[in-house]
Amino acid sequence: MSVPFVVTIDTPHIEYSLIAPLLIVLGTATVGVLVEALAPRQRRYLIQTVLALLGLLAAGVYTVLVARDLGILGGTSKTGKVVAEGALAIDGPALFLWGLVIVLSLLSVLLFAERRLEGGVTAFAGQAAALPGTEAERQASTQGLEHTEVFPLMMFAVAGMMMFPAANDLLTMFVALEVLSLPLYLLCGLARRRRLLSQEAAMKYFLLGAFSSGFFIYGIALVYGYAGSMGFAEIANAVSSRTGGHVLLLGGMGLMAVGLLFKVSAAPFHTWTPDVYQGAPTAVTGFMAACTKVAAFGAMLRLFYVAFGGARWDWTPMFYVVAILTMAVGSVLALAQTDMKRLLAYSSIAHAGFLLTGFIGARSLNLIGEDDISAVQAVLFYLVTYGFMTMAAFAVVTVVRDAGGEATHLSRWAGLGRTSPILAGAFAFLLLGMAGIPLTSGFTGKWAVFAAALSVGAWPVVVVGVLLSAVAAFFYVRVIVVMFFSEPLGEGPTVAVPSVMTMLVIAVGTAMTLVLGVVPGPLLDGLGNVAQFIR
Amino acid sequence: MPWLTILIAVPLAGGVLVGLVPTRANTTLSKQIALGISLLTLVLTAVVAVQYDPGGGPQFTEDVVWIKFFGAHYALGLDGLGLSLVVLTAILTPVVMLASWHDGDHGRWGASAFFGWMLALEGLAIGVFAATDVFLFYVLFEATLIPIYFLVGGWGGPQRTRAAVKFLVYSLAGGLVMLASVVGLYVESAKAGPPSYLISDLARLDISTSTGRWLFVGFFVAFAIKAPMFPVHTWLPDTTQQATPGTSVLLVSILDKIGTFGMVRFCLGIFPEASVWATPVVVVLAVVSILYGALVAIGQNNISRLIAFTSVSHFGFIVLGIFVLNSQGQNGANLYMFNHGLSTAALFLVTGFLIKRQGSALISDYGGVEKVAPMLAGFFLLAGLSSLSLPGLAPFVSELLVLVGTWVHSPVAASFAVLGIVLAALYILLMYQRTMTGPVRPHTAHITDLVPREIAALAPLLVLIVVLGFYPKPLLSVLNPTVRETLSHVGKSDPAPAVDAGAGEGSSK
Repeated sequence: MSVPFVVTIDTPHIEYSLIAPLLIVLGTATVGVLVEALAPRQRRYLIQTVLALLGLLAAGVYTVLVARDLGILGGTSKTGKVVAEGALAIDGPALFLWGLVIVLSLLSVLLFAERRLEGGVTAFAGQAAALPGTEAERQASTQGLEHTEVFPLMMFAVAGMMMFPAANDLLTMFVALEVLSLPLYLLCGLARRRRLLSQEAAMKYFLLGAFSSGFFIYGIALVYGYAGSMGFAEIANAVSSRTGGHVLLLGGMGLMAVGLLFKVSAAPFHTWTPDVYQGAPTAVTGFMAACTKVAAFGAMLRLFYVAFGGARWDWTPMFYVVAILTMAVGSVLALAQTDMKRLLAYSSIAHAGFLLTGFIGARSLNLIGEDDISAVQAVLFYLVTYGFMTMAAFAVVTVVRDAGGEATHLSRWAGLGRTSPILAGAFAFLLLGMAGIPLTSGFTGKWAVFAAALSVGAWPVVVVGVLLSAVAAFFYVRVIVVMFFSEPLGEGPTVAVPSVMTMLVIAVGTAMTLVLGVVPGPLLDGLGNVAQFIR
Repeated sequence: MPWLTILIAVPLAGGVLVGLVPTRANTTLSKQIALGISLLTLVLTAVVAVQYDPGGGPQFTEDVVWIKFFGAHYALGLDGLGLSLVVLTAILTPVVMLASWHDGDHGRWGASAFFGWMLALEGLAIGVFAATDVFLFYVLFEATLIPIYFLVGGWGGPQRTRAAVKFLVYSLAGGLVMLASVVGLYVESAKAGPPSYLISDLARLDISTSTGRWLFVGFFVAFAIKAPMFPVHTWLPDTTQQATPGTSVLLVSILDKIGTFGMVRFCLGIFPEASVWATPVVVVLAVVSILYGALVAIGQNNISRLIAFTSVSHFGFIVLGIFVLNSQGQNGANLYMFNHGLSTAALFLVTGFLIKRQGSALISDYGGVEKVAPMLAGFFLLAGLSSLSLPGLAPFVSELLVLVGTWVHSPVAASFAVLGIVLAALYILLMYQRTMTGPVRPHTAHITDLVPREIAALAPLLVLIVVLGFYPKPLLSVLNPTVRETLSHVGKSDPAPAVDAGAGEGSSK
């Protein structure tokens, strides 16, 4: 007699209501793919734009609802919840970063959808498969073709960016990393103009990105070997109980850091940044520069504060060096740039260094006073300021044009202050913000990260940071000089009149830079409530 | 009544109004509005000054929490020193506007922008002198760079762009070094409890000796660049050479005072121990500034550069007076800040009128001007004499007090510093001799005398210089309580006289 062998498999319990924002974005992306397959070509642009905007808005609203339900929004509870069988942690930082990524992505959608600057088509290649300079490419552009696939691609990237900082185990984190990276590789190669440069950028980004993913997953393997688990909570326990095999932990942390530092373009893993930022369509550059950094810093905070928090003394020295190096590379090499997009790329490297300065300010929670600023709070605040400034700055780059498309060479910007004072004024203000002049958000952000670093006694990093800020200020000021104090060369730049969408992006970015510079209090107070991870 | 907020807001709002309202067709209207607003500010300042009670400690205080997590407050208040510098700012702005009535017409942007930036600068400068919160001070301190940057870069000589960038980079570098210290103060404050940037809270803070010294250095470097002191003064001559005279006045007479003001308010006020520790070095640097500035000034052929170097020398005296840490020196230094503002303003403006007539700033291009423009020459001489501290003119009193204080502190330092007076006579009188006296040269014959507008701009300055030269008491009585408070905080009291008064009387008989 044989007893029937009964296997019971518990169905995984997924808290759908809590991860709904993520699912909405993923759903939007999938619907977008269906639209590409089913909708007639002429209608796709409109459908995709509206779909992306609605999807993001819905996700944004839902994020707020989730935050309210968990009590994080009202400040009644700071804990949050681990969901989906431990795969995702929905806590204050995760929800905040979701919100930030969604808002910045909304602005990016507006830039993606800009059609007036290119005479009725988007800034993306008419037919990506056509070789540059061939008859097929010419045909595609005369027919006014455009790739509306960029919208679903972007939605997939956004979903990855939301998953990345919320990932609560190593595998989820890796999946999120890939989900956010792959669409970006593709998007980089889709520029309508200077296609070779764009394709080169995509290739470079893809190869180096794949390589860094390799580092990351090898690190995961080592950490798994050390802790015997993928979950951050278990890893944290293993780290604080100091089980044997310390070398595995150190190696794992180092390799995982390589993968993450690559994503935030920190030195010495920054070399792709200028090339990719320059080659990619400017709208994509803005999206990449702002949102990727937000997501990657969120993930880095969670990984190192939650999983490796107990080994803080092991990883802080490494980040000391990386932070100093990153600030130095970004600020010093930016001095030699003559291309606006490369300049902004180096500036974004320097900003990564400042963010890392705040990142090393990790302290035990019991050491942080009630009204004292914590490192998480400082980094999150800096991410907000940086995201809006960068997005608006790249939006400005898209509208300064000549016959060959965007006029990114610095000399072409000469005299912009005379021909279009408002745009040049806004850009000058954004640059002052990036330089960290008071009454801009760049200053309050810089102040916050420096304060966080000094609280743990990292004064060498801070001193280097302020000195390099002075260097950085010089190249930002140089751009202002070119715009306001130089005579235009030859024809001079023309500022194309964009549609209301690009204007909105510039306006929002500039306004946020001002508001967060003058009254950062409310946001900082809010961050005080959300800046606590759960395990 | 939030008097100080009003004093800041009126010129700031006025600046925005004048700068943004397009009056391309009629720039005179913009100028008149700007002058009117600056005069209104002067009246408001006078109202505040009249209400001020010299013995009453900080007054007109306002305190609102600004950024809780930073411990930053929107906190304003005036003590004697702050009041005197606010008054100086309010006096000089309309004077400069009147004197530069046409200087804004030929710039990169319209005259309305020129006057708008000036008003904005006035508002921010008043804010700096009134701030009683380190964070607020820092924000306004850095914010003043923007108007002056555009004023230098927009209107002036052919190399103005370079000059503006040099000025900005120097100032930003100093400011960022200070930022490290400002953040450091926050960390110290957060260790002791809820963070606060109020000077009154920070002064009570118990900062460890070595930390205090490092933080002091950060502040001092920024203020030394601002003041400017040897060896970080090189931006000043380059800037004044290119800027319009009016901009130079605003820069040297008002903004550079933030440096010395900051030394008293922050270096001495928050880091008394470190200030005493740094005294020897600072005194030496100050004496070097006095002598170096004066010597280089003698060798200049460019009038604007020459005046810039005289200022380096004078700022040496002010810093010396602050750091000898006794009441004579401090009173002298505080008084000097005010008087130097007046005398340098007069000198810059009168030479500016001269340079405008001839189109050259080189001393060698002049000669015999007093024959063709006697009024101009007379005003020039009077301004020059006040700059070399002739007895009877205002700067004399302050320079004498500084030297007395220095003598009490260190006779050696005083004997070097006193040489600065001799050198001052040289650089001023040589400049006067070469430009004004001698036979009329062919290319100077066309120089016309001052017009009523120019006289109206200069007259108030010279009247004040003469009046305060004979009767400095009102100013001193305002400044004295502040000095006493600063010194008691630093823990220094004046050395008791070696011979008591009675014995002295007896022996002379």
